[in-house]
Formats: sequence, structure tokens, C-alpha cells
Amino acid sequence: MAGKTIVITSGKGGVGKTTSSANIGTALAMQGNKVCLIDADIGLRNLDVVMGLENRIVYDIVDVVESNCRLEQAMIRDKRYDGLYLLPAAQTRDKTSVTPFQMKELIEKLKEDMDFIVVDSPAGIEQGFKNAIAGADRAIIVTTPEISAVRDADRIIGLLEAEGLRDPEVIINRIRADMVDRGDMMGIDDMIEILAIDLIGIVPEDEGIVVSTNKGEPIALNDNAKAGQAYRNIARRIMGEDLPMMPLEKDSFITRFKKLVGLS
Amino acid sequence: MKSDDKKSKSVAKERLQFVLVQDRVKLTPDEMDAMRDELIGVLSKYIDVDSQKIEMDVKREDDMTALVANFPLKGSK
Repeated sequence: MAGKTIVITSGKGGVGKTTSSANIGTALAMQGNKVCLIDADIGLRNLDVVMGLENRIVYDIVDVVESNCRLEQAMIRDKRYDGLYLLPAAQTRDKTSVTPFQMKELIEKLKEDMDFIVVDSPAGIEQGFKNAIAGADRAIIVTTPEISAVRDADRIIGLLEAEGLRDPEVIINRIRADMVDRGDMMGIDDMIEILAIDLIGIVPEDEGIVVSTNKGEPIALNDNAKAGQAYRNIARRIMGEDLPMMPLEKDSFITRFKKLVGLS
Repeated sequence: MKSDDKKSKSVAKERLQFVLVQDRVKLTPDEMDAMRDELIGVLSKYIDVDSQKIEMDVKREDDMTALVANFPLKGSK
């Protein structure tokens, strides 16, 4: 089997890289793929808690590259879906504990057995970022409709292209239809025009993300959540399906009314 | 709506485009201004440029990044 490696990156922190990695990985597994999530944010590991797998860590990625354990020993199997694994980051080490070469080797090994390897990149453009993109075949950039996030996304596009990762795609996260309509938030078209790259998904702002992160259950598992649907669609697009973008929906009159009176 | 009461989205887009020009060509704002002034100087020797309406943008296209500059002529529409 020759799996594909996708790095999820952004430049700016806090735009939803880890949430996106967790949900894309989960959604790909829901489609029947064998998936390994890699947390490349060494020293600031978080993909484990977002996935709800933090209590099952014995070994981590640094243990693997230092040969303290075998690769399979460090991979946590997610019991909710067949074929979903997490390779956690080390928490007490720093970014220099893994080199881009080691990362590439590790990914090559995983590719033999996996359909997809999803690498959650740390914020920034230094060593951790370089490690995260080292073995990637494809890059997905996460951004939000804010100047700072789009600016950093633009910078990342340039860096990825310099490293030979052509044609990255973008997820626009946390968009709010009501604010776009009011003219108080950049819309999808504005951002795509500026970044000049392909859109692979739009994830609406969804309170359910906070709830799902609280519980350690990726929102992709929730059939009723808009953001969950958005991530399931992204997974299908990654697999090559030509799926139209979900239209951005404004809150219904009832929901707005409930929010107004504090019921929702 | 008052004319100076621009939607914040348009302000964001303009500021972003401006800052990305600098990021993409890796020039400081001062260097950008200097380049712009020199370009105006050269062009003005030959044509009547309306320096108030100049637009410069760095666009990413399929296989290249290009500096796209618009120098409207004075009195033209």
C-alpha cells in the first residue's frame, strides 16, 4: 500500500490546525481508510486531548526516532473507528528532538500500511514546521477570515512552494455568514482571490467544536453538526470526490430569536 | 451610509493586499515607496501619469508571482 501524507499547517496559531487534523483524520477513517494522525507539535502536544486519547499514551514520536520502542508500540489505536491511529508528540522534549530526515523515514514506514497519514503541524515557520512538512505529499493550510491569519497563510504558501510542495489547498475556518453579509468579515471569494489557491473546504463557526473538544470527541462524529458535515466533506474531497461547497447558512429566525432571549 | 463609513471587510481586504505586496516582494514600506517614486519618475519622462491613482499589487498566478502595476494616464478615463 502506498499511502498519501497530508500536512495540516497555518503559520498562525489558534486558527484550528489541531481541530482540523483530528476531524480530517477521523472523517477519513469513517470513509473506511486506514489513517495515522501524527502530532508534530513536540513540546506542546494537543492532538491527543482533542482526540480524547490522552490517557492511552505510553510512548511518543521521540521514543520512536530514538528507538526506545517500535513504531507500532507508540501508535494508539482509536477504538471508535477501525483503522484510526494516533502517533503522539513528546511533551517534555523540544522541536529539535526530531529531524526532517527522521520524519521522512518514519512517514515512509507508515505509508506501507496506511492509506492516509495526517500530520498536525505546529504554528510558526521554524524547525517544527520544517519537520512537519518533511514527508508530506500534500499540504492543507487552515486559515480564518482575519487579516493576520490570511497574511500568515500567504507566507506559508510561499514557504511550501519553496520546499517543493506545490498546489497547497486551503480550509477557511470559523466563517460567520451573518458577519460576511453585514460586510464585517472577509468572504470566501475575497480570501481565495488574495491567496490564489484552491479551496478544499469551508468550516462555519460552530459552538459544537468547543463542546466536542471538551469531551474529546471529534465533531466529525456528530451527524447533526454543521462543522462535522464540513469536515466529512473535506475528507471526501481529499479522496478525490468532486463535492460542491456547502452554502453558508445564516441562523434561522428561530435560532436568532432564541439567542436573543438567551435560550440558545 | 456615509461615504467614509466603509465596511470593515473592505478595510481588511485593502490592508491585507497592501501588506502582502510587501511580504511577497520582501521590501519594507520605505523601499516600496522609493520604488514607486522611481517608477513614476521614469514613466513621467515619457507619459503623463496620474500619480494619485497608481495601484500596485503582487499577484500569485499559476507558475509565478508577478508585480502588477497600474499607472493611469492623467485626464484619461
